[in-house]
Parts: sequence; structure tokens; C-alpha cells
Amino acid sequence: MRTDAMMTAFNTIVVREVRRFMRIWPQTLLPPAVTMTLYFIIFGNLIGSRIGSMGGFDYMAFIVPGLIMMSVITSSYANVVSSFFSMKFQRSIEELLVSPVPNWIILSGYVAGGMARGLGIGLIVTLLSLAFTRLSIHNLPMVILTVFLTSALFAVGGFINAMLATKFDDISIVPTFVLTPLTYLGGVFYSIDLLPAFWQGVSMINPILYMINAFRFGILGVSDVNPFIALGMILVFITLLSAVALRMLNRGKGIRS
Amino acid sequence: MTNALEIENLVKTYGDGFAALKGIDMNVKEGDFFALLGPNGAGKSTTLGIVCSLVNKTSGKVRVFGSDIDTHLSDAKLNLGVVPQEFNFNQFEKVYDIVTTQAGYYGIPLRKAAVSAEKYLKQLGLWDKRNTPARMLSGGMKRRLMIARALVHEPKLLILDEPTAGVDIELRRSMWAFLEEMNRQGTTIILTTHYLEEAEALCRNIAIIDHGKILKHTSKRDLLQQLSVETFVLDTDKPLEAVPELKNFDCRLDDEGALLVEVQKGHSLNGMFIELEAKGIRVVSMRTKANRLEELFIRMVEENAEQTRVSQEGAA
Repeated sequence: MRTDAMMTAFNTIVVREVRRFMRIWPQTLLPPAVTMTLYFIIFGNLIGSRIGSMGGFDYMAFIVPGLIMMSVITSSYANVVSSFFSMKFQRSIEELLVSPVPNWIILSGYVAGGMARGLGIGLIVTLLSLAFTRLSIHNLPMVILTVFLTSALFAVGGFINAMLATKFDDISIVPTFVLTPLTYLGGVFYSIDLLPAFWQGVSMINPILYMINAFRFGILGVSDVNPFIALGMILVFITLLSAVALRMLNRGKGIRS
Repeated sequence: MTNALEIENLVKTYGDGFAALKGIDMNVKEGDFFALLGPNGAGKSTTLGIVCSLVNKTSGKVRVFGSDIDTHLSDAKLNLGVVPQEFNFNQFEKVYDIVTTQAGYYGIPLRKAAVSAEKYLKQLGLWDKRNTPARMLSGGMKRRLMIARALVHEPKLLILDEPTAGVDIELRRSMWAFLEEMNRQGTTIILTTHYLEEAEALCRNIAIIDHGKILKHTSKRDLLQQLSVETFVLDTDKPLEAVPELKNFDCRLDDEGALLVEVQKGHSLNGMFIELEAKGIRVVSMRTKANRLEELFIRMVEENAEQTRVSQEGAA
């Protein structure tokens, strides 16, 4: 396939993905906006005013980066896992399999689609947060790099989940039992300095802690971990998971008999 | 003339050990209208699935217009259009989006895809439905949508797996006319069908597959010549009260009262008319029974089943 034809195929996949989540916006865009607004009101305003400051910032300002990141992670993952699995379920994945689109373009297209939704939600949540607190950016390149790479990483994760899933239950297990606990325990609502030494050590093996802190560093300039180590770690995870996803695609795992 | 499709010693054994294909060979010439026939589970869909990259082969070679699917898969796919047996589009997408998106997968920019989509949606009577979500279409329309989608990138080889399953007679005839026109314009067509009347009406060459083996691979004409008995349907001026007894021909009445006469190969039809005349039966019209191929097909599949049974008993 020629390069321009591959580019057209990539654009086609991305446009179809964006069209899909825009068509069902009450399921894809609205819920995270409502949930995050409730977090801002309850944890930020009502409870936050009693907590006082954290990491040198008022509690609302402290939790905003974590909540933005939480919505980016959840939405990037959810978009790819639900879209790709429903294509498998309806067998419309065969449209792609019979076409000459290379597998790495299929993966890139889905990841870009997931990122479009994740970053779109991130933008919506950021705009909503401005109604509750004033945001100033400490390090813009760090903000952009962290949010883009994290979104890509969880989009690839969603793709692998969709490849392995054989029924609808399988696409909700990871978000419910893995992503949500890791995100809540990843320092969205607190600094790990508050934890006893043992639990601080345990928290350090949670990869989401690094992503949230790198993003918080970009916005507030404070972090529980070295943000550059966090960036490096995200890149390593993206490389590893992309290789796994591509290998599964090449072997036709769950999509070719 | 080059071959549109070449299959050599194709084997497919599924993970559970089921041998769907046991080393089949098949060639389809460019410009041909070819039928792959066989009973359920014979290996038709597996064969076409391998050609279309929906099924991984165990071993063997497949070439589409000379492009080996092991080494030049992308080139092979560019020449292929596929209409599967079951609906496999996103039911929530609009007809127009389904067709143009498929063109995009082949690297066709939207401006060009729009022209091609309009052409085929109009030819297949779906242009008025272009903004309708696919789930709102009737069964026949969904089948036509899959044909439009398969043609949008102008493939040289069109593969149709049971394209007219569940479609009413009128629509089936119009789809036949459309496919014949596509074939006249140069598109090579391979179809599988349960309607042997369809294969007899449309195809020039035929392969019969059963239990993962090709039983016959020849032209329709050669195949029909192997038929030693041909059945004629005779309409008489008056309804017949009983089946007439003819000396050299077996007769029976069909459900509508028409007289069916079996004529052995080599027997003169004149003799049949002389015998009928002698019995006072006047024939007002006559036609051949349309399912000659069906008779042959059933006989071959039954013979194959018998041979398999005998060889299994021998092995036991």
C-alpha cells in the first residue's frame, strides 16, 4: 500500500472513531463531565474547604490535575475497548481485515481515536475546573507530553483488552477492577507523603501514580516522584504494549479463525 | 489468459482438530463467472475465508491475480471485493458512511470514494436510503449494501458467499442481472450458493466441494453433459387424471398437474411425442426442469458420502 493510501486509511479509521463517539455523546462525553463536576463540588468545595492545603496548594487546585488525568485515562481506554470489541461482536471488523490496511495502521488509527476522545474529555474537564479554581501552567511541554503519552498508553491497553475479550463482561473487568482502584490509589486525592512509609513504598509500584504526578508537576510544579522518570516509564510501557497489540493483530488473535 | 485465483494444496485444520480443507486445488480464470458448490460444512466458506484473509490457512498456496497472499497480501487484497454470507457492517452507521469508509480502507480519498459510492448505491437501488442507518434496511437492501461496499474500490475479483440467501425471487433476479452485467464489464465473479438454479443460470465454470475435497472442477457444460437423464416438464391441454404409462420413458405428475418425463441420454424426443400422441395426450408447451445441476450435485455428494462410508468401514 502506498504511503498516501495508508494515510487515507488512517484518517478514515480516526474519522469513523470520532464520528462514533460524537454520535453517542450522551454516553461518551456527558457522563465524565457530570461526574467530574460532582467531584469538584463535593471533594473540592464542600470537603476540600475543611481539608485545607495539600502540597502547598489549596485542596481544589491539588485535585484538579488528578481528576483531569483520571478522565483522560478512563475515556481513552473505554473508547478503544468498546469500539473495537463491538466491531468484533458485529463482525464489522471484517471490513478492515479484508482491506489492505497494514496492521500497524489499524492499531494507530484506533489509538488516535481513543486519544481524540480522551483528550477531548480532558479539555472539557479542564474547562469545567476553571469554574471552581484558577489554573496556572508551570511547565507546558510537560503537561502536553504527559497527557498525550498517557492517553496513548491507555488507548493501547484498551485495544489489547478488546482483542482478548470474548464477551461484553470482559471489557468491563479491567476498568472496574484494575483501572479504577489504581487511579484512586494513584494520588488523585492525596499526596503520598501523607501515607505511612510502607504504603508509600506500595504506592510506588502503581504506574498511574507516576502519570498523575508528572501531570501535576506540569500544572502546579509539585510532584511525589521524578516527572522525567515518569515520562520515560510511560514511553517504555507504550512500546511494550504496542508490540504486544501488534503481535496479536498479526496472529489474528480473536479475530481470525 | 491469467488466473484470477489459484489455489494449490490448500489445507485448513481448525484448533479442535477438524479438517475443513484436505488439500484442495482450484483455478479461476480472469473474467470467469465461477460457482463453488457444496453442502453445509463442505468447506466453501473456509476456502473463501482464506482467500479473503478472514481465516488463517494451515498450509498451501493462494494467489490472487498472481499475488501470493503469503508474500504480497496487500496487492492480493487490492484486487478483491468480498460479500460475506452474514451481515457484517456496523448496524448503527449510515449506508453512505459504510460504503465510503470501506473505500477509505483501500486508500481511496473521500472525493473519489463519493463518486464510486454514488454510482453503486444508485445501481443497486440504495441511493434514496444513503442517510438511513443500516439497521433500518430490509434484508434484501442489506445484501445489496454489502455488494455496493464490496465494489466501491472497483475490484477485479468479486467473491460472494451466498449472496441471495433469504432474498425474494424478484430481487434475486435483479441481483443476477446486476452480477451478469458486472461480469460482462470484466469483473471475475466467484459465488457460493445453495440455489443450484442460480449457479446453473449464471456460472460458466463450477467446482463441487464436499468434506474438504474438490469432487469436480470443470465447466458447467461438461458437468451437465454427465447428466444421463434429463427431465422435461410438459403442459397438456387437459389435466391428466392418471400418470400415463410410456414404454421407454418414466413419467410422474408434479404438484401443479404438469407431466414430468425423464428422457435417458440418447433417446429421441420424437419417440416420447409419438407415445403421448397414441395415448391421446396433447402437449401445449414444454421446458426442461431448471434444476439439472441439482440432480447432478445431489448424486455426486451422495456418491462421495457412500465412498467415505465404505472406506471408513474398510479401515475399521
